[in-house]
Amino acid sequence: MKLEVFDPAMCCSSGVCGPDVDPALVAFAADLKWLAERGVEVRRYNLGQEPQAFAANPAVVREMEAGIERLPVLVLDGRVIATGAYLSRDQLARKLGIAAPAASGCCAPGSGCC
Amino acid sequence: MALPSIATRYAFFTGKGGVGKTSLSCATGLALAEAGQRVLIVSTDPASNLDEVLGTPLGAAPTPVADATNLFALNIDPEAAAQAYKERMVAPYRGVLPPAAIASMEEQFSGACTVEIAAFDEFAKLLGAPEATAGFDHVIFDTAPTGHTLRLLTLPSAWSGFIASSTGGASCLGPLAGLDAQRALYAATVAHLADAAMTTVVLVARPDLPALREAERTRGELAELGVANLRLAVNGVFAAARPGDAVADAMTRRAAQALAEMPATLAALPRTETPLIPQGTVGLDGLRAVARGDAGVSQPAAAPEVPPLPRGLDGLIDEIAAAGRGVVMTMGKGGVGKTAVAAEIAVALARRGHKATLTTTDPAAHVAWSVREPVEGLEVTRVDPEREVALYREEVLAKAGNGLDAAGRAMLEEDLRSPCTEEIAVFRAFARTVDQGKDRFVVVDTAPTGHTILLLDAAESYHREVLRTQADMPEAVRDLLPRLRDPGFTRAIVVTLPESTPVHEAERLQADLGRAGIAPFAWVVNQSLLASGTADPLLARRGAAEAPFIARVGEALSRRAVLVPWRADAP
Repeated sequence: MKLEVFDPAMCCSSGVCGPDVDPALVAFAADLKWLAERGVEVRRYNLGQEPQAFAANPAVVREMEAGIERLPVLVLDGRVIATGAYLSRDQLARKLGIAAPAASGCCAPGSGCC
Repeated sequence: MALPSIATRYAFFTGKGGVGKTSLSCATGLALAEAGQRVLIVSTDPASNLDEVLGTPLGAAPTPVADATNLFALNIDPEAAAQAYKERMVAPYRGVLPPAAIASMEEQFSGACTVEIAAFDEFAKLLGAPEATAGFDHVIFDTAPTGHTLRLLTLPSAWSGFIASSTGGASCLGPLAGLDAQRALYAATVAHLADAAMTTVVLVARPDLPALREAERTRGELAELGVANLRLAVNGVFAAARPGDAVADAMTRRAAQALAEMPATLAALPRTETPLIPQGTVGLDGLRAVARGDAGVSQPAAAPEVPPLPRGLDGLIDEIAAAGRGVVMTMGKGGVGKTAVAAEIAVALARRGHKATLTTTDPAAHVAWSVREPVEGLEVTRVDPEREVALYREEVLAKAGNGLDAAGRAMLEEDLRSPCTEEIAVFRAFARTVDQGKDRFVVVDTAPTGHTILLLDAAESYHREVLRTQADMPEAVRDLLPRLRDPGFTRAIVVTLPESTPVHEAERLQADLGRAGIAPFAWVVNQSLLASGTADPLLARRGAAEAPFIARVGEALSRRAVLVPWRADAP
């Protein structure tokens, strides 16, 4: 399985340079690592750094023509599975047919145990 | 000895803007050339006046300096280099990717990090590849890479493919990832910098405490990186030839005090002191005078007319007071007297019966105005940059550090030491303060730079367009940008000195602000010797040299410019 992530142009993907760190970006990076540990081939492209990957993918170019806010685009084995948002770990697991993360069962949201 | 002795092949001169890096590096280079060495002087300062100082039009290749055998020079503009890099990266995709995608790529390459690394790239071409300068005995740079750049480049994680890897992560190197091919060259450059037999680094400072503190900060950073061959050059040391002139006496006292009180680690470095010389350091004769330490004045100064700018801040304060409330920001590089101007405005507004808050990053000013001289209606608050940065670091590492491995964490921590981060952290404190300008006056000496404002603007649209669902832009920031752009609410005052480099730098600040949609309310030309009325022959000659810069500010740079004399009592 190959998951490709086409990010918008970002200075720092952690958002350190912005007015606030975006926890979603940080969490997403960790989620991708989690997928990679489960054998998924993960590739991430930043529009500012690797535009050739965008240009080489007609589906991604079509999305960008529809609006730059369609980035990030997530492509699974050549098929677009999400646009305009970073999926959560649960959503990724579902889309990729991977067993849901064990950690999510250990505590209910807001329980404070994590 | 007026000039640092250079026994190594490479020498870097580093220090704050306006301390005389270009003058000292040129005077040193000229002295070496006149002793029979072949010397190349290199400027990577975007506001370089190397051409003017050497009296020779220069380009990007070594050019012989007119009337000086063995002396060559070249000029590199890191902003032009960054621009060229950006064009190389973006051009192939025009017409291939949609225009919005091209625009967002271009925005990506406009940050300070791109310029910083592009400047390093230019150092590396000359320093990391010895064949580039094979014909010279000495290569002298009038600028040096920042500690941030050097640390970033020495992190193994910066080059381990971390950036491109799927774990993502942050780095100021990001925009320049295309330079990965240069890795060996950069490693050689950093190694040469730290090699005491190859490289001398000269810390240049004026005999005043802020400049000496800056030199100490740089010394610490470089020492941490193993750069040990350091010298201190104190430029513009003044002692009145004859006592009795109030300005000259005060300046003499201040220089002596600053030199006596400098940090011990800095005082332990080999030191040279270059006297303040009467004429400017433009042209080879001026440079030779620097080398001789020639502070003599052969003839009395022909006193030029003082350009007809309003004197003092009263006129500006009248206009500000008429608005009844709002934010006043004093802006400019360190050492131009922003805090003194901010304090004077805040105190005057309070004395006219307005409620005013003075917010300063300067601990001395904070103490002076809140304790020693309480003023009715004036509140003084202090922003401590170190504390703000520490808080921000903690917050980021708590939020972002968990998902990262050791290499990723090291990279994130280095990004948190970047100048951008400090600006952002101080900016957050600034945002908290500005909100109060709704029903009182808030006078701030810690305004963010044009670059930060642009960055936030980009971040704002990024959050708005891309992350609609989880936008967590703090509300203070959302309100802040429109307020900063409202000339009826915010008055930005550009503070500068009547000298070449500070005026250049202030001009660039004004351009940056313009790009962020902010038009400065006024300019203050501060600490003018010409307007001080000094009769000291040397200082009067220096004052005479200010006239064209004062005139330029009044005629070309601002429609509301005022002139403030050098005063013995200013902090």
